[in-house]
Amino acid sequence: MITSTAWIIITAILVATSCALVGTFLVLRKMSLMGDAIAHAVLPGIVIAFLLTASRNTFPMLIGAGLFGLLTVWLTEELSKKGRIFHDASMGIVFTTLFAIGVIMISLFAANVDIDQECVLYGEIAYVPWDLWVWRGTNMGPRPVWILGLVLVINVSFITLMYKELKTYSFSPQLAATLGLPVGLIHYGLMGTVSFTTIASFESVGAILVVALLIVPPATAYLLTDRLHRLLLLAVFFGITSAVGGYYMALWINSSIAGAIAVVNGLQFALVFLLAPKYGLLGKKLAGRRIRKSGPEMISHPEPNDVRKSLS
Amino acid sequence: MDTLIEFFSLQDPNIRYVLAGTILLGISSGALGCFAILRRRALVGDAVAHSILPGVCLAFIIAGGKDPFMLILGAFVFGLLSMVTMDFISRNSRIAPDASIGMVLSVFFGLGVVLLTFIQTTGYIDQSGLDDFLFGQAASMVGDDVMVFGGLSLLILIVTILVFKELKLVSFDPSYARSIGYPVKRMEFLLALLMVLVITAGIQAVGVVLMASMLIIPAAAARYWTDSLRVMLLIAAGVGAVSGVTGSFISYTAPAMPTGPWMVVSAAFIFFLSFLLAPGRGEIARHIQKRRLSHKVACENILKTLYSMEEEDGRTDRLRPAKELRKRRHLASRRMKKVLSTLLRKGYVTYFRGTPDGYLLTADGRKEAKRLVRVHRLWEQYLSQHLQIAEDHVHEDAESMEHLITSEIEAQLRTSLGSPALDPHKSTIPYDSDEDEPAGGKSGDKHKQGGTP
Amino acid sequence: MNEIEQTRNPTGNSSNPPLEVHDLTVAYDQKPVLWDIDFELPEGSLTAIIGPNGAGKSTLVKAAMGLIPASSGYTLIYGKPLDKQRHRVAYVPQRESVDWNFPISVMDVVLMGRYPHLRLFQRPGRDDRDVALAALKEMGMEPYHKRQISQLSGGQQQRVFLARALAQDASIYLMDEPLAGVDAATEDVIFQKLKELRDGGKTVVVVHHDLQSVPDNFDRAMLLNLRMIACGPVSEIFTDENLQKTYGGRLNILSQMIEESRQQRFVRESES
Repeated sequence: MITSTAWIIITAILVATSCALVGTFLVLRKMSLMGDAIAHAVLPGIVIAFLLTASRNTFPMLIGAGLFGLLTVWLTEELSKKGRIFHDASMGIVFTTLFAIGVIMISLFAANVDIDQECVLYGEIAYVPWDLWVWRGTNMGPRPVWILGLVLVINVSFITLMYKELKTYSFSPQLAATLGLPVGLIHYGLMGTVSFTTIASFESVGAILVVALLIVPPATAYLLTDRLHRLLLLAVFFGITSAVGGYYMALWINSSIAGAIAVVNGLQFALVFLLAPKYGLLGKKLAGRRIRKSGPEMISHPEPNDVRKSLS
Repeated sequence: MDTLIEFFSLQDPNIRYVLAGTILLGISSGALGCFAILRRRALVGDAVAHSILPGVCLAFIIAGGKDPFMLILGAFVFGLLSMVTMDFISRNSRIAPDASIGMVLSVFFGLGVVLLTFIQTTGYIDQSGLDDFLFGQAASMVGDDVMVFGGLSLLILIVTILVFKELKLVSFDPSYARSIGYPVKRMEFLLALLMVLVITAGIQAVGVVLMASMLIIPAAAARYWTDSLRVMLLIAAGVGAVSGVTGSFISYTAPAMPTGPWMVVSAAFIFFLSFLLAPGRGEIARHIQKRRLSHKVACENILKTLYSMEEEDGRTDRLRPAKELRKRRHLASRRMKKVLSTLLRKGYVTYFRGTPDGYLLTADGRKEAKRLVRVHRLWEQYLSQHLQIAEDHVHEDAESMEHLITSEIEAQLRTSLGSPALDPHKSTIPYDSDEDEPAGGKSGDKHKQGGTP
Repeated sequence: MNEIEQTRNPTGNSSNPPLEVHDLTVAYDQKPVLWDIDFELPEGSLTAIIGPNGAGKSTLVKAAMGLIPASSGYTLIYGKPLDKQRHRVAYVPQRESVDWNFPISVMDVVLMGRYPHLRLFQRPGRDDRDVALAALKEMGMEPYHKRQISQLSGGQQQRVFLARALAQDASIYLMDEPLAGVDAATEDVIFQKLKELRDGGKTVVVVHHDLQSVPDNFDRAMLLNLRMIACGPVSEIFTDENLQKTYGGRLNILSQMIEESRQQRFVRESES
């Protein structure tokens, strides 16, 4: 028999791994906040699913939330294009409005709806071991573990199947389009997996902490490597270690597990940000000194792309 | 109706506070939001709002209870800290701004949740009110809050009036601002400071998640109505104020309804109306413009077709049936009808019964058609002469330009080209001097020019 | 990385050149982008900065203006440190560096050129408007002064930026790619204006991308590829050897494209 501690840690690891995998592409594509937007905007979808099925059954909620996740992505892009406003502002308008509508719906149907915005914002991973899936009388273990396991399988297969396409796309969508890759499919495929990952995860860790797991481990890894496959592996590594570390930290100071995981994420990033050999603060300082001391033979070839990136 | 009168008679001091508070919040966040969205910092406000949570919790722990001053101070300090952290990360590493916003937002909030659970488990009695900071509780606003909002709005108003020109420059072109020695960093810090102040104050009314929308939505709505930054600030402040009133009113009539989310939804509604209806930039206006342009283009194309038919057979008296015109231009018959009726109304063509029925260019119509052909050919000539575009490529480009070239540009083209006689395909460029001449035809066929029939 | 150091502060007598840059080195993420740049420019000269993509042309202008941090180096304007002399230098940023949907009019943009002459809180007055209008007229943009900037074509936007620099009434003009993506008519107007400025005794430096048009339109050039390859009168420095050094084997546009795409990290990796 697996202990409840183990179930919690397994859940956290599943969430962290799924998030790190898709989050890497979000960070590379400079769409990190899409996860944040989706995590908030699905609230009306959850409420509608709840009202329709009159239960906290997970699957209708996942579907309702999934639809609203994709709706957010679509609305953000349409508004940005048609309304001619910056992408970030358009995202801000869409997700906050949808969240506000969700809150209003909760107040409207307060008598029938047994959810509140707190549960969307925080989530509670500590309850996972008791959310059991009983199938034909057999206890199959916690339901979230099954769902998150499924999400992980989907994410891993999506990334393995589309690795080459995703790589080109996250480097430059224009390049991907000129090479004849199905950019629309890649984009909405990625956004679809982000939606599902976010929604499946936030039930246990809450909206904001999904954002932490989506962005922080990939960003941390991004300071350590330039290779995509290493980036993915390192992001997963940071995700898993933060999940385990966060659990024990929460145990130690008797606090929310999800919050503690985010704090560990932050600590990991801070450490790498300071110490990373090439892209960290210290590394850059040392390199700056080296450049000033050594002669121009350090100059190799101009790398136009990197230079442009640093300038922008 | 009674509630409306009751509400706006402001008898109830509580209503007065709530109303004044939400209006002032709407004004200050609306105006500041303009700078936020124009400087592409729309979601920075979201991150700051979330990052305030640990500050509030720490202040609660240190003060040992709900001391309003301490809570606001804690919130302010952490708001500023988050701002500085985001800026520091994106300045000093290869992490893009959006990722640093997301990181700060989630990690700070995570820390806040840790502290919140810590407070709950240590059993402070008085901690229930902390939730107001997260989800907002406009209805609980009291006189002190209104004073804070009032002071804040006044401060923002004074600052933007005093340094409007500097803020404009720094928001539009920071590198030029730096090049002439402006203290860009200090200006940016000033804006950040004001933003943190507004968010700190506003969070108690609308909550962590929705604070960002009060910065973004009114400003984005205002952008549709004007091309002037000054006017945009005023409209955004107005939109903010109106949504404040609406939110308060709805929550007054239906006490179960939360004020903050209704403020956001009303702002979003105004945004949506602006997006649709604003003259010039609005969706409907642009749709109408597009339709008009495509109708104009279709009309002009038919005129040109009539003219080139005359050019081909050299006859101005042959009736051209609508069917034939349609075949040449591939227009749907319904659009063809509309186009022809416009041309008839303008007096460019006349309709005759005959075998078969058909249309003839009038003198006016011929003149207009000639102008179009002239502009087209002049443009082709210009493209091939000045931009060295191959002559087999110039036609398509000229096709889309000829509908947009004004007489002013035409004159410029003619002077710069010296009124050439032929275009790159060696076709004659028809000028107005040979007005009553039936279309001359291709000069390649050595047709004579300028004679009267 | 320090800001540009202003270690030397000689007395500003009239024999000092208008623009000197010394020991300028810039590095990003350990990669040197500019190495030990050193030059002086005489008054009344028109200089083109040229070099391949990524050679650091724009970086040179930005670092010389102190807009980006440099590892070392300093700039002198008429022998005095830059910070006291900024109003005498008009900088024209790249057109793409700003949001052309920003809600302001052409006149507003050109008036910004008057800001160095205004105190804090002071609004531009009638005189400033006259100066701005005159600058717009010089660039052939006067009829557009009330237009919102988003309604301008690329060439017109560039003319507005130049008009702003003219309105600043400076002695030195530093322009970052003012001829990139403009129409032929605008190109003529700009080249004409540059020559007029030079003939009026101004010192003009232009980041330029088109090697071919340099000999006809500029009297001096700087050949740049991380290092200064050569700097001086065009007729002297445009030698095969110098150009070869600057552009390497990449003069051919096609080979340059291939080189660029090869450097795209992820693509390279996916091919392996």
